[in-house]
Amino acid sequence: MLLLFHFYGIPQEKDQNLIETTCKNTPNYQLCISTLRAHPGSINTDIEGLGLIMVYAVKAKAIETSNAIKKLKGSQPELRNALNDCSGRYNAILEADVPEAVEALIKGDPKFAEDGMADASLEAVSCEKSFKQVISPLTVLNNAVRDLSDVARAIIRNLL
Amino acid sequence: MAPIKKSLQLLNPYRQAARTPPPSRGVSQGVSEKTFRLAGGENVSYSWTKSMLSWQRTSYHFQPDHNWMNDPNGPLYYKEWYHFFYQYNPDSAVWGNISWGHAVSKDLIHWFYLPFAMVPDHWYDISGVWTGSATFLPDGQIVMIYTGDTVDIVQFWFPHPGIGIKDFRDPTTAWLSPDGDKWRFAIGSKVNKTGISLVYETVDFKSYDMLDGYLHEVPGTGMWECVDFYPVSTKEVNGLDTSVNGPGIKHVLKASLDDDKNDYYALGTYDQFENKWVPDDPKLDVGIGLRYDYGRYYASKTFYDQNKQRRILWGWVKETDSEYDDILKGWASVQSIPRTVVFDRKTGSNLLQWPVIEVEELRSKSVEFDNVKLGPGSIAPLKVGSPSQLDIVASFEIDKDAFEGTVGANASYSCPTSGGAANRGKLGPFGIIVLADETLSEGTPIYFYVAKGANGKAETHFCADESRSSEAPDVSKVVYGSKVPVIDGEKYSVRSLVDHSIVESFAQGGRRVITSRIYPTNAINGAARVFLFNNATGVSVTASVKIWNMGSADIRQFPFNQS
Repeated sequence: MLLLFHFYGIPQEKDQNLIETTCKNTPNYQLCISTLRAHPGSINTDIEGLGLIMVYAVKAKAIETSNAIKKLKGSQPELRNALNDCSGRYNAILEADVPEAVEALIKGDPKFAEDGMADASLEAVSCEKSFKQVISPLTVLNNAVRDLSDVARAIIRNLL
Repeated sequence: MAPIKKSLQLLNPYRQAARTPPPSRGVSQGVSEKTFRLAGGENVSYSWTKSMLSWQRTSYHFQPDHNWMNDPNGPLYYKEWYHFFYQYNPDSAVWGNISWGHAVSKDLIHWFYLPFAMVPDHWYDISGVWTGSATFLPDGQIVMIYTGDTVDIVQFWFPHPGIGIKDFRDPTTAWLSPDGDKWRFAIGSKVNKTGISLVYETVDFKSYDMLDGYLHEVPGTGMWECVDFYPVSTKEVNGLDTSVNGPGIKHVLKASLDDDKNDYYALGTYDQFENKWVPDDPKLDVGIGLRYDYGRYYASKTFYDQNKQRRILWGWVKETDSEYDDILKGWASVQSIPRTVVFDRKTGSNLLQWPVIEVEELRSKSVEFDNVKLGPGSIAPLKVGSPSQLDIVASFEIDKDAFEGTVGANASYSCPTSGGAANRGKLGPFGIIVLADETLSEGTPIYFYVAKGANGKAETHFCADESRSSEAPDVSKVVYGSKVPVIDGEKYSVRSLVDHSIVESFAQGGRRVITSRIYPTNAINGAARVFLFNNATGVSVTASVKIWNMGSADIRQFPFNQS
């Protein structure tokens, strides 16, 4: 991380401002800033690029959650019903929502990217809610996916 | 079959090779917190069964066999067939990999699927074949102009300074210039947050000149997608060819707003010499005034049906459930039933939309209930067969003396913030409840709410209430609607086309329309019911209603082997 920072040098004042202004218009400024700044490409890109970076962050967290679900199916079989629902939800995020958002951002019809991220947030919340009478083992991950999707959606709205 | 001449595509939003910083937008617009898909309040996640999901598929609305559909494209009538094209994803139930699907019909209701009309196969549309329109040339040829998307670096034509390269799509049907020697068409765009319509001129559909200035612009409305521009007669009931102009004619300018996902239209006058359109009422300008539909309805497009001399409107109705549900059921989106569009001569300030008369071919047996008196806070079940496929026509009268006697107040009403049919006023709500189950654990009220102001003037609202439409939490639960003009002496009238998960409701002969997507868990198949209701506190209401069962449109592949 430090190496990359040196490679790119001190960020331009103007580009830093874009990240800051964009993040101020999202529901989670800190998460937005830290996620974008962690990606070296964020310095040199436009709002569309920032949106894409955030969508990829959603994807990464969704993959992490999907892997956790698989592990839990083995270690906590009594949660099978909820875990199966969650598998379906995260499948929707990874097979539909994320690809839709990526394609829409690259091709320039951002409203479909907004749809994808709005839905990803809903799916994460739905997964969390499927643990009805027990404590969800996925709360931290579901909330992360939800929060990242909400930030992505807010960034994308600037393009409409 | 029509030999459609796919002769051009222009207007390609090229993606720039190098990412440059975006132009300054000044103070960023605040991000809208509104969600267009609300989750229900309960803390349970829903497990859809196969029967609930398969019930959702419509019976007489156009939808492909499976997968995703969006904008209607290039509708037209040619050699005894109505043609319909649509944005389609051949691979999945969400948007992507867009191609043009194609279907034909003799009557706008019974459709046959044909092979794809256009797939991304030229360098200029390799990333997607987007929305476009058809124009008939005098020699009988048809020209389709559409937006193609490409990832190529080469950029040979820059739309307009200040316009983002991607903010540029959906050409309209063309109309003739004043000298009759050139064709003009409109394209929507934006400059910062001002929605605009550009106009291009061409002689041969091979090269294009952008005309100076804009056809029209409205600040604060954002990107104008799917612009539509057409004449309506203020005197006759028939539709008009897109090139017609002259006295007794107004022009409708319409845009789909990217920002709020609704279709707005305005009536005005087109000066073809200056190439400028001005609204009749600037307070009801494009994007800030009337909508074709106050529910889920977007990317609509009209065409002139020269067969029956009608102006016909198509509109895309997407799902309001989650994409997870769409993937499970394998499809997403339907088209509304095509609607005729005419100028409302009684109000002079809006259009009337009505389902094409051909939909009545699907009516089979009917039941009628006349002069049903509903006291304040009452509900009446109506016995109908197959309550998922209905054509309901209902009219209501408020008890006159009670109405006069009601004291007005200054409280204002708005369907979206009203809390729906459960919130009672002196003079409303009253109407019908569709897709309900016996215990009303689920139900969708379509209703009128009359608000009497302190000055004694009554204002009528027409709403569709989804707040209790389903026990599932992951579907939209909003209340749609708006004010509707009611002329003295008119009864409150509504027509509702119920077709499984879509309900299209028309008030006062089509002065206001609301399209709802409904996903019940109980109120499906034989368990669904229809009710009349009056939840007003201060008046009785007399209702008359006729309900027809609707058959299936039997939409399927074109029977090539049998011609």
